[in-house]
Amino acid sequence: MSAAPKHAPTMAQMSLAERLAPYAPILLVVGLVIAGFVAIPATSSWLTLTVSGLAMGMMIFIMASGLTLVFGLMDVINFGHGAFVSVGAFVGVSFLLLLEHMTGAPNLLWNLTALMVAIVGAMAATGLMGYAFERVIVKPVYGHHLKQILVTMGGLIVVEQLIIVLWGPEEIYITRPEALKGAITFAGAALEKYRLVAVAIGLVVFLAMRYTLRRTKIGLIVRAGVENGEMVQALGYNLRMVFIGVFVAGSALAGLGGVLWGLYQEVITAHMGNQTMILVFIVVIIGGLGSVEGCFIGALMVGLLQNYVAFLEPKAALISNIALMVAILMWRPMGMIPVVKAK
Amino acid sequence: MLKTLVSGDTPRSPILLAILIVILICLAFAPFLFPGVRSVDTAARICIFIVLVASYDLLLGYGGIVSFAHTMFFGLGAYGVALASTHMGRGFDALLVGSVAGAALAALLALVIGLFSLRVRAIFFAMITLAVASAVAVLVSQLSSLTGGEDGLSFKIPRALGPAFKFMDGELFGVKANGKLLKYYLVFISCFVLFLFMLRVVNSPFGRVLQAIRENDFRAEAIGYRVVHYRVAATCLSAAIAALAGALYAIWLRYVGPDTTLSMEIMIDILLMVVIGGMGTMYGAVIGATLFVLAQNYLQNVLSLAGESVANLPLLPDLLNADRWLLWLGVLFILSVYFFPTGIVGRLRGK
Repeated sequence: MSAAPKHAPTMAQMSLAERLAPYAPILLVVGLVIAGFVAIPATSSWLTLTVSGLAMGMMIFIMASGLTLVFGLMDVINFGHGAFVSVGAFVGVSFLLLLEHMTGAPNLLWNLTALMVAIVGAMAATGLMGYAFERVIVKPVYGHHLKQILVTMGGLIVVEQLIIVLWGPEEIYITRPEALKGAITFAGAALEKYRLVAVAIGLVVFLAMRYTLRRTKIGLIVRAGVENGEMVQALGYNLRMVFIGVFVAGSALAGLGGVLWGLYQEVITAHMGNQTMILVFIVVIIGGLGSVEGCFIGALMVGLLQNYVAFLEPKAALISNIALMVAILMWRPMGMIPVVKAK
Repeated sequence: MLKTLVSGDTPRSPILLAILIVILICLAFAPFLFPGVRSVDTAARICIFIVLVASYDLLLGYGGIVSFAHTMFFGLGAYGVALASTHMGRGFDALLVGSVAGAALAALLALVIGLFSLRVRAIFFAMITLAVASAVAVLVSQLSSLTGGEDGLSFKIPRALGPAFKFMDGELFGVKANGKLLKYYLVFISCFVLFLFMLRVVNSPFGRVLQAIRENDFRAEAIGYRVVHYRVAATCLSAAIAALAGALYAIWLRYVGPDTTLSMEIMIDILLMVVIGGMGTMYGAVIGATLFVLAQNYLQNVLSLAGESVANLPLLPDLLNADRWLLWLGVLFILSVYFFPTGIVGRLRGK
C-alpha cells in the first residue's frame, strides 16, 4: 500500500455557467439588446435606438481604443486624449467646409470621397500632434502616474485654448454631406444613414485593429509588450519605438472619432473632446484597462444603454452609465476583460 | 506654544516664514488694511481657497491620489447651505445644518467612490472622479426646480452677517462696524481653524502613514498598514473639508451656482494652486492660493494691456487676449510640473 492520497479526478463536464464565463461580456451586450426590446414598447423605435446606440458605441470605441492600448503598453494614462478628438473634429470640419462643392452635391460617391479626405486629413493632423505630444509632454514623465495625469491635463488645456485661438471661441455648426442626410426606412423603423455609415466605419476599424493585433508581427509585439514589456525588450525589440507608433496611431484614431462625433452631433466646440472623455473613461474602465476587446464591448454597452435610457427616462441617461460602471466594477473589479500582466 | 499651534511643522525657511507672516497679517486685518469692497472680497476668496487647496493637497500631495471631483465636494457644501437657508429660512441654524449635511454627504460620496476605485488601483480614482463630477454638474443644471439650474440660488443669510446690522455705534479703526465685518471674520476664523486642523492631521501618525503610502504603497502594505483604508479615510476627510470650504464660500457670496462652485475651471485653478505653491506641504496651499487669486484678480488686466500693445502684429493679439488667460496658465502648469515639482515652498526650503 502506498501512502499517497487517493487520486480520483472527476471528469464531469464543466457546468454551463463555467463554460459561458469567458463569453459573459459579449453575452451582456446581447442581454442588453434583449432587455431593450422588452422595455421599449414599439419594435420600430427599438430598432432605431439600437442602431443609434451601436453607432454611438462604435464612435466611442474608436476614440477609446488608442487610450486603452497606450495604457496597456506603457502604463501611460493620457488625460489629454480628448484634445485629439477636438483637433480631429476641427481639422476634419475645415476640410469638409473647403470641399463644399463635393459635400453639397447629392452624389453618394462624391460625398464619401469628401468624407474620406476629411478623415485622412484629420487623422494625419492628430497623428502628427500625437507624435509631438508624446515627445514634448509625455516623455519626460514616464513612470510617474501622478505627474502624467497633471501634465497631460495641462496639455489638454493648452490645446483647447489653441483651438479657440485658431478657430475662434464660437461653436461651429456643420451639416452632413448631402447624401448622408435623412434616413432610410427598414421594417417600419427610421434608420439615419449617417449612423449606418458610422457603424460601418467602426466595424472596419475594429476588425482591422483585431487583425493587426492578432495576425501580424507588430501586433504580436504589441500584445507581448502589454503582457510583459521587459521580456520583449530583452528579446531585442525596441519597445519605445513600438510605443510611439501606438501612441501616434491612437491619436490618429481619436482624430477619426472626432470627425465622426462632430458630424454626429452636427456641432463642434473646443471642449467636445473633454466632454466625450467622460464616456471614454467609463468605457476604458469597464472594459479593463489595456484590453481592446473589452473596450469594444464596453463601448457598445455604453452606447446602447445611453440610447435606451435616454428614450425611456431622459434625465437618467448620464447617471445610467455611472450605474453601469459601478455594477461592472462590483462584478469584475478590474473590468470585464482584465489584462493579465506577467509581473 | 506657537510650535504646538502649527503642530511642529514650522516653515523651516526664513523667507517662507516672512511670507507666511505677511499673508497672515494681511488676511487677519484685511478689512482695516485694505478697505474697499473688492479687496475685502479678494481676501475672503483667498481664505476660502487656502482651505480648499489645502484639503486638495491632503489628497494629492500627501496621499498621492489625483481627484477631479474636488469641486463637486466644494459644491455639495455650498449647495447644502443654500438649500438649507432657502427651505429653513434665514438663521444660523440653517447655516449649521446646511454645512454639516453637505460635509456629511460629501464624505459619504467620497467613501463610496473611494471604495469602488481605490480598492483596485489608484489610477481608476482619477478617471472615476472625473466621470462622476461631470455627471453631478450636469445633474445640478438639469434639476433646476431644486438647484436653480444654471442660474443658481440666491439666498438670505442671518441679519447679523448683513451690512445693515450694526454691532456697535460709529466706526472701528475707520471701518464701519457692521455685519459684513462679522461675516469676514466668520470666514477668516473658520478658515484659520480648518487650516490648523489640517496641519495637525498631516503631522499626525495618520499623515505620516499617508506619506509612506505616497512614496511606496507596496512597502507600506508590507509593513502592515491597510493602504486602502488610509487612502479612503484621506479621501473622506478631504471631501468633508472641501465641503465646509464650499459652505463658507456660499455664505460669503450669498449665492451658489454651477459656475462659482462646480465648473471644471475651478478644478483646474485648484490644481494650479497646489502645483505652484508646492505639493506635499500645507504652506504650499497658502502661497499658491494667495498668489493665484491675486493674479486672477489683477494680472488679467496686465495681459490685456500686453495684448493691446501688440495689436497690429498677426496672431499675437489673439494669444495675449485676456480671455486666453487659461492658455498661459496651462503652459505655466506644465512647466511647473516639470521643473518645479516641489513648487515655491519646496524651492524656498531648498529641496
